[in-house]
Amino acid sequence: MKIVVCVKQVPDTAAKLTVENGKAFWGDAPLIINPWDEYAVEAALMQDGADVIAISMGSESALDALKHALAMGCNEAFLVSDPALIRADSQATAKTLAAAIQKIGSVDLVVFGRQAVDSDGGITAAQTARALGWPVLSLASSVSAGGGTVKVTRSMEEGQQMVEGQLPAVVSVVKDIGEPRYPSFMGIRKASRAQIPTWTLADLGISAPTSVVHWPELISPPSREVICEIITGDSPEQIAATLADKILAEKVI
Amino acid sequence: MDFTLTDEHRMVQKMVRDFVQKEVGPIIKEYDRKQEMAPFVLPRMAQLGILGINIPVRYGGQGFDYISLGLVCEELEAMDSTLRVVMSVHMGLNSMAILQWGTEEQKQKFLVPQARGEKYACFGLTEPGAGSDVAGMASTARRQGDEYVLNGEKMWISLATKAHNALIVARTHETEDPHDGLSAFLVELDRPGIKTGDIHGKLGVRAGSTGWISMTEVRIPVANRLGEEGEGFKIAMSCLDNGRYTVAAGATGLIRASLDASVKYCHERKAFGREIGKFQLVQQKIAHMVRDYEISRLLYLRAGWIKNMGMRNTKETSLSKWFATDASFEAANQAIQVHGAYGYSDEYDVERYLRNSRGAIIYEGTSEIHQLMQGGYALGYRKDGELRCELPAYDEEFWNAEA
Repeated sequence: MKIVVCVKQVPDTAAKLTVENGKAFWGDAPLIINPWDEYAVEAALMQDGADVIAISMGSESALDALKHALAMGCNEAFLVSDPALIRADSQATAKTLAAAIQKIGSVDLVVFGRQAVDSDGGITAAQTARALGWPVLSLASSVSAGGGTVKVTRSMEEGQQMVEGQLPAVVSVVKDIGEPRYPSFMGIRKASRAQIPTWTLADLGISAPTSVVHWPELISPPSREVICEIITGDSPEQIAATLADKILAEKVI
Repeated sequence: MDFTLTDEHRMVQKMVRDFVQKEVGPIIKEYDRKQEMAPFVLPRMAQLGILGINIPVRYGGQGFDYISLGLVCEELEAMDSTLRVVMSVHMGLNSMAILQWGTEEQKQKFLVPQARGEKYACFGLTEPGAGSDVAGMASTARRQGDEYVLNGEKMWISLATKAHNALIVARTHETEDPHDGLSAFLVELDRPGIKTGDIHGKLGVRAGSTGWISMTEVRIPVANRLGEEGEGFKIAMSCLDNGRYTVAAGATGLIRASLDASVKYCHERKAFGREIGKFQLVQQKIAHMVRDYEISRLLYLRAGWIKNMGMRNTKETSLSKWFATDASFEAANQAIQVHGAYGYSDEYDVERYLRNSRGAIIYEGTSEIHQLMQGGYALGYRKDGELRCELPAYDEEFWNAEA
C-alpha cells in the first residue's frame, strides 16, 4: 500500500504573532513541522507494511519538515516549490498537492493533519480529495487501511462514529491517533543524507492554479481593557452585599 | 572555520529536546522532591538509543560523532542535571573507556550491551577517603591465579544501585610512585561480595541516583582487567577526559535553562510600572548569562571537535569543564535573583538549577584541580604524554558500518 502524507512547515507554536499593515509576522521564530502533521505521519507509519511518502508544498525551508518526516520513518519525500505558488490559497494548494499525488502514482491513501497551525483553515484535506475525485474521511481518531478500504473512527460529542470508505481516499487526523514517535537516530542519519527532489509546477505538468480566496486585511484583536477592583468591607457579609450590588449594577446577571 | 551544526546534529538536538520536554518536564519536580530517579528514565533513554549515541553501530551504538554526544548532554541538562549524569557515567566514564582501551572481547561482552542500553554502566574511582588524590585510594585487587580479588569501597558513585557494570580502579601492587600501582577492571555488579546503596540528603541532583559500592573478596576473571596492570591511573584520567566533556556540555545546558527561565520571567513580572527586563541591572544579569552560555558552548564544541579529530584534548576539555560548571552555578544564582522570592521557592525551576549546578564544581575534577591544570599547562610544568590507546577519531564510515 502506498500512502502519501502531506506536511507543512509552519512557525513555532510558541512564536508571538503580530500584525503590521495587514500582514502577519512571526518574527524570527524557528520553523517547525506543523504539529498536526506529525500525527498524520504517525497515522501513516502505523499502517503495516505501507510505503509512506511525505510531500510538502512550500519554500526550501519546508525541506526541514520533510526531513523530520523521513527521520520519523517515511521512505521518501518530495518538495513542491514554485515562485508561482507564493500566497497560494488552500484550493490552489489542494490542486497542486493533487497533481503531485498523481505524479507519484498508484497512491492508495493520503493523510493530512486536521489543520495547519499558521492559517488554521482545516480545509486542504477536503479540497485535495475533491481535486483527486476521492472520498474524504475527516478528523479521524484512528485509521486502518487495507484490502481496498479504509476504516476510521471519528470522535464526536455524541460518541464515536465508525466510517468506512473505498480506497483511494483522503483522511485527516486528530490528536487521538496517538502520540507521534520521535525520530530515531537511524532515521535522523538517513534523513540528514537524503536528497529530496524538488518539483516545480512544470514538473507536475500543471499551470499555476488561481487563488480564489485572499486575505485583504488582517487585524490584531483589540486589547481588552480590564479594570480590577478590590472590594473591601468590614465583614464577609458586607463584602458579599457590595459585590452583589455591583454585579447587578453592571448587569452581569 | 565552520560554526554551523549539520542537519544531523540539529535533528539529534531537537529529538532529545522534545523527549525531555514531553516526558521528563512534567514529572521532574515531583521526583526531585522525592529524591528518587523516575523509574522510566533509564529504560526510555535506552529505548531511544541515547545510551549508545556515539558508539559505532558495530558495537551496538548509534554511530554518531562526539559533538552529538555534547549536544545530547546540553539538551538533557537543560531539563535536569540527573539526565546528563547518566550520560557522564554510562557513556563518558565507562563505555567510551571500553571503546578506547578495551580488547575486542571486552567490547563484545561489555560495550555492546551497554551501547544498546540493555546494561547500564557506572564508574568507581572516588572513595570515602580519596577524591582529588586518586592515588591515595585504599581499594585493592590482588591477583590469584586467573582471577583478581577486589576489596574496598567506592563513594559518590552515580548509578551505583542502577548499573549492571562498573569500571573500578583499584591498587594491584605497591610502587614507589603510587600512581603506577593502579589497575582498572570491568566489574559486573551482581558478583558475590558486592553491595551497593544510595546516598540521600544531597544538595542537588536529587532526581538521580548517587551511591556507594562496597567490595569484599569480589572475584573477577583476569579477562575483566581493562588495559595492562599499572595502567589504571592513565585509564582513569582518560575516562575523565570524556566524563568532563559531558559535564561541560551539560553545564552549558544549565546556563541556557537559567537564561531562558530568566528572560521569560523578565517579560512577565512588572515592577515600578515596567516589566523587570527594562531595568539595567536585570539586563546585566541576562547579558552575563548570554556571554557565559556562548563561551561554554564554543569551548565544549571545540573539545568535541578535537575528539572527532582523534587528538588529545585533556587541556581543552578541562578548560571547558572548569569554565562551564563555574558559570552554570553563577547563572543559576543570578536566575534566582531575577526571579526574586519566587526563585527561592520550588514553584520555579531555577532553585533546582542552582542546587544541581553545585555538584559539578566538585565532581570530575574540582574547579581547583582544573585551575592547577590550566596553570600547569601555561607554565610548561604539565605535558600530556602519549597513551598506549588513544580515543579513536570519529570515522563516519567505520562508525556506521555494521560489524
